[in-house]
Amino acid sequence: MASGETLGSSTDYIKHHLQNLTFGQHSDGSWGFAHGAQEAKEMGFWAIHVDTMFWSVLLGVVFLCLFRRAAVRASAGVPGGFLNFVEMIIEFIDNNVRSSFSHKNDMVAPLALTLFVWILLMNTMDLVPVDWIPMLAQLMGIEYMKVVPTTDPNATTGMALGVFGLTLFYSIKIKGPLGFASELTMQPFQAKNPALKILFIPMNFFLEVVSLISKPISLSLRLFGNLFAGEMIFILIALLFSGGLVFAVAGGVLQWAWAVFHILIVLLQAFIFMTLTIVYLEMAHSDH
Amino acid sequence: MNINATLIGQTIAFAVFVWFCMKFIWPPIVGALNERKTQIADGLAAAEEGRRDKAKAEGDVAEMLNEAKDQAQEIIRRAERRETEMVEEAKANARTEGERILLAARGEIDKEMNLAREELRKDVAQLAVAGASQILSREVDSSAHSRLLDELAKEL
Repeated sequence: MASGETLGSSTDYIKHHLQNLTFGQHSDGSWGFAHGAQEAKEMGFWAIHVDTMFWSVLLGVVFLCLFRRAAVRASAGVPGGFLNFVEMIIEFIDNNVRSSFSHKNDMVAPLALTLFVWILLMNTMDLVPVDWIPMLAQLMGIEYMKVVPTTDPNATTGMALGVFGLTLFYSIKIKGPLGFASELTMQPFQAKNPALKILFIPMNFFLEVVSLISKPISLSLRLFGNLFAGEMIFILIALLFSGGLVFAVAGGVLQWAWAVFHILIVLLQAFIFMTLTIVYLEMAHSDH
Repeated sequence: MNINATLIGQTIAFAVFVWFCMKFIWPPIVGALNERKTQIADGLAAAEEGRRDKAKAEGDVAEMLNEAKDQAQEIIRRAERRETEMVEEAKANARTEGERILLAARGEIDKEMNLAREELRKDVAQLAVAGASQILSREVDSSAHSRLLDELAKEL
């Protein structure tokens, strides 16, 4: 809860909530956790957000364990409750992959499943009231704790980079280095005249590279932006709880309403990330 | 909200999760789903086949029933024909037997009659001879007149 009524403490509250638990090298050369945004910034690239890593890996492991249990018990017989649920998700993913991915690649469907469920779980952390886990962490002596990994651009960009790497890999593997290069340079502008053709190459290359790079960036920032905005609104609503009874009740109602709406975003963003990944891989597999 | 090494950590975690999912989660579940799909398809096909077999068996049964009815009809008809045949045969047998008995009886009667006639003739001849001898009161040389007597007997 925000403790003070002044604008300054509200700002501090928000800033505190938006600060990751960063581990890295201090400016004086020693290693340790950053105390505050300034210190975290000074640590530069070779620092790590321990909370983001912890929660994302924990949720990933939860996902893998649950689904692995289902996979071990999976048989052609009549499925029980949990197995049924897992099979429903698998069929949903499978149908999605089948409808938008037309090539033979055993990796795409498991990739889509992992992305969907993992992102869904990470997003769902947003529905846990914003103060619970950070307060618990504070009681345990941990200064900062951001529990929603997808509100950290590092997490979303990390996944987007993974997808980008696969896109490049399959583009080159399927079309060959020359095929991929020609895809980057020979379109959208085409000409019969050789001189014009050479003139078009840099223009095409520029356009295609921009569109190529925009894919992982949009993938990453879309997820991050949606979840960050949602988290921000939860934090702002939480500020109301310190404004007296009327505001607290209003805050409770608002939080509930926003949480209900946010369920849609949580699900939708996971789905969009997955679908776009499938589409990008489909594009990587097919010639233009 | 700084971009830092978390990025690399996340990429690695992502790669490991995808690899694990691809290796240990997706294949067994999808395999089980596909297996179930084939089993259901097989079951439906078997049910369809069973239904077809049943219909066919029903047709066969009706056909067999008709055949059996026809056969029964045929057997009854044959039996009836045989019955009339047997009756006719028996009648014919009885008729021939009767005729044969009649014929034999007639032969017997004829023989008896001939015998009786012969006897009678002999008796009459003797009576005639005795009568004649008594009438004539004299000895008739039977040997001398035997020819005569025989002729007489024959004429009787």
